[in-house]
Amino acid sequence: MTTSDLTSSPIPVRGGAPRSLGSSVIAFTRQTWAGLRVLLGLTVILGIGYPLAVTGLGQLAFPWQANGSLLAADGSHVTSAAGSAHGPAIGSALIGQGFSGPTWFHSRPSAAGNGYDTLASGGSNLGPTNPTLLKSVQERRAQVAAEDGVAPGAVPPDAVTASASGLDPDISPAYAREQVARVAAARGIPVARVAALVEQHVQGRTFGLLGEPRVDVLALNLALTTMAP
Amino acid sequence: MSTPWIAVAQILVLVVALAAVHVPLGGYMARVFTSTRHLRVERAGYRALRVDPDADQRWSMYLMSVLGFSLVSVLLLYGLERLQSHLPLSIGAPAMDPAGAWNTAVSFVTNTNWQWYSGETAAGHLLQMAGFAVQNFLSAAVGIAVVVALIRGLARSGADGRVGNFWSDLVRTVVRILLPLSVVVAVVLIAMGVIQNLSAHTEITTLAGGSQHVLGGPVASQEAIKEIGTNGGGFFNANSAHPFENPTPLSDLLEIFLLLAIPFSLPRTFGIMVGDRRQGWAIAGVMGALWAGAVGLLTWAELAGPGVVPAAAGAAMEGKETRFGTAASALFAASTTSTSTGAVNSMHDSLTAAGGGVAIFNMQLGEISPGGVGSGLYGMLVLVIVAVFIAGLMVGRTPEYLGKKIGRQEITLVALYVLTTPAIVLTGTAVAIATHAGQAGILNPGTHGLSEVLYAFTSAGNNNGSAFAGLTVSTPFYDTLLGLAMLLGRFVPMALVLALAGRFATQKTVPPSAGTLPTHRPLFAGLLIAVALVVVGLTYIPVLALGPIAEALS
Repeated sequence: MTTSDLTSSPIPVRGGAPRSLGSSVIAFTRQTWAGLRVLLGLTVILGIGYPLAVTGLGQLAFPWQANGSLLAADGSHVTSAAGSAHGPAIGSALIGQGFSGPTWFHSRPSAAGNGYDTLASGGSNLGPTNPTLLKSVQERRAQVAAEDGVAPGAVPPDAVTASASGLDPDISPAYAREQVARVAAARGIPVARVAALVEQHVQGRTFGLLGEPRVDVLALNLALTTMAP
Repeated sequence: MSTPWIAVAQILVLVVALAAVHVPLGGYMARVFTSTRHLRVERAGYRALRVDPDADQRWSMYLMSVLGFSLVSVLLLYGLERLQSHLPLSIGAPAMDPAGAWNTAVSFVTNTNWQWYSGETAAGHLLQMAGFAVQNFLSAAVGIAVVVALIRGLARSGADGRVGNFWSDLVRTVVRILLPLSVVVAVVLIAMGVIQNLSAHTEITTLAGGSQHVLGGPVASQEAIKEIGTNGGGFFNANSAHPFENPTPLSDLLEIFLLLAIPFSLPRTFGIMVGDRRQGWAIAGVMGALWAGAVGLLTWAELAGPGVVPAAAGAAMEGKETRFGTAASALFAASTTSTSTGAVNSMHDSLTAAGGGVAIFNMQLGEISPGGVGSGLYGMLVLVIVAVFIAGLMVGRTPEYLGKKIGRQEITLVALYVLTTPAIVLTGTAVAIATHAGQAGILNPGTHGLSEVLYAFTSAGNNNGSAFAGLTVSTPFYDTLLGLAMLLGRFVPMALVLALAGRFATQKTVPPSAGTLPTHRPLFAGLLIAVALVVVGLTYIPVLALGPIAEALS
């Protein structure tokens, strides 16, 4: 029985097992060359063919999602950063943005670069007993409470903690509701209208059981600009 | 943030989905590896590449194929990383430095996918596609091939150490299992919001007038195989916490499901191939029990949120995404460290002390609950032999498993397997803690700092790839040492497993007698769980006591 592993192999190795160091080296070299050929062949299929085919399918079937779920300033879907007749893209429906000042709903603290830097996604990586993080949490709580005119105890957890990606698009419904009075006052619109807008933007759990209820901050702020530019 | 009821509901949905898929997928994989026919496209490939897919290799030749293939894989990936700035679609990413390139090449070839770099700026699209994603497929296929060789060894009788053909196992795994699944999953992920394009990152003006880059890249095609192949290397730094890798709670559950699907189906493949499905059920049951225990503990820890920071914040939400909350983050963390995936949807460094401890313990179990694709099952089968051996000592009979006697040489190979990874992990941790270069990387003070280093070497030695990412590892010290840990942690156990496969294949199968220990009953499953926990416990409890346990009690 021939047990060499390559049809092209000129030296059949009896029993398929190397019997000496010399034949081991020959066998290993031959396997390595075969490995290189297989690797190059599979790289073309898996590394070029497969991703390009999926790109084609994605661009054809789901062009908006495949290009980043981009939005123009009027909330319409666009498929490139340059935008469309509705104007250039102002962001992605999936990626959080930094908002500051009283007129906006604020996103969570972000550890991505200087905040919501998509070129530097990531969390703080500070541990559960880290004194630096403890101090940050306490400072954020005091600051958010002062800005929003609520008791420190009313500030929800997501308002004082940095997300995993640093690009979290969402805040908890509790944090959105907690900001309503401040935003309404700053924009000069009735609190009830802003509160109703927040409730419209509360997304429940998927199928009632997956994930957590949340409010997309960019979508909420976009709606706010349409309501009271 | 999450309620216990929601946590349990999500876990149940996942369990039902896995239970449903493991029958057809496990059966399909058994057919793939026992079929004598090649597909036409496979046959054409073998001919073009001048590879004989029908030679029945002895274990030593099979091992040489594995090592030769992995060697050229490391070299090609290293070359791509060093030259990427000259390649098309590099989107301005510079060449990796030699130590970093070594680390990353080893990382992806060993199915670890440890990442010292941030993908969004350090890796161009071509490197991601033709380098990283290719190894996501191939390292997974190598793991599956090796366990198939071990299964054949157990199933065959008097076969002169012959365990099958590596090239055929590799190509079939890719062509018939991983690639078709990946295409379907990638398109589903795009529909959910994962991007798939070849654009560079483009600057835009945000709603509030700031500046932000819209990211581009072939992400979905990589994300699919990243989970299916239990690889875990993120396209972006934030990995599966990034909204472009994991946009919704549904995509999150899908990703957890995918990284568990093949590892939980392989025991059925095993049962079918050795001709006794009950053996597969017993192993799947043990894997499931260990996984459920880890999920339960980690979920409890993150929902309860012990520790000064979670207490001050009101919940353990540091390093977690709002859409996932604490429950789905805990489920992901437990599952990714139970397999060799290492993808993360939350930052593990910010898990509660107890939660982070469970993640470390999961990996230290040797990733057998259910473990990486292929590696999880062979790791578990090694522990099965330990359990059989111990049971044999208790009743005073020659231990045997599936009709194969566990003699001196078999148990020597098994003992070496069990000792290899702890030796790598503990030596590496000790070296890092004892040197300035190692200490310099630590971010968090006190006991948590030790946990960061322990996590890094545990992750590398077990080919997981997740991290307590506060540790700065983009230094020549960590790049080199962790690269070595990944390499040894992958190929030394594989060599031992293949040697074991060869010995089993050579042995004649003896029919079961009245004195044979049944290895499919709950009694044996209980013994197996105890062996897994005791072996790890005795090895790692001292260092765990100094790290996560001390932090949890502080």
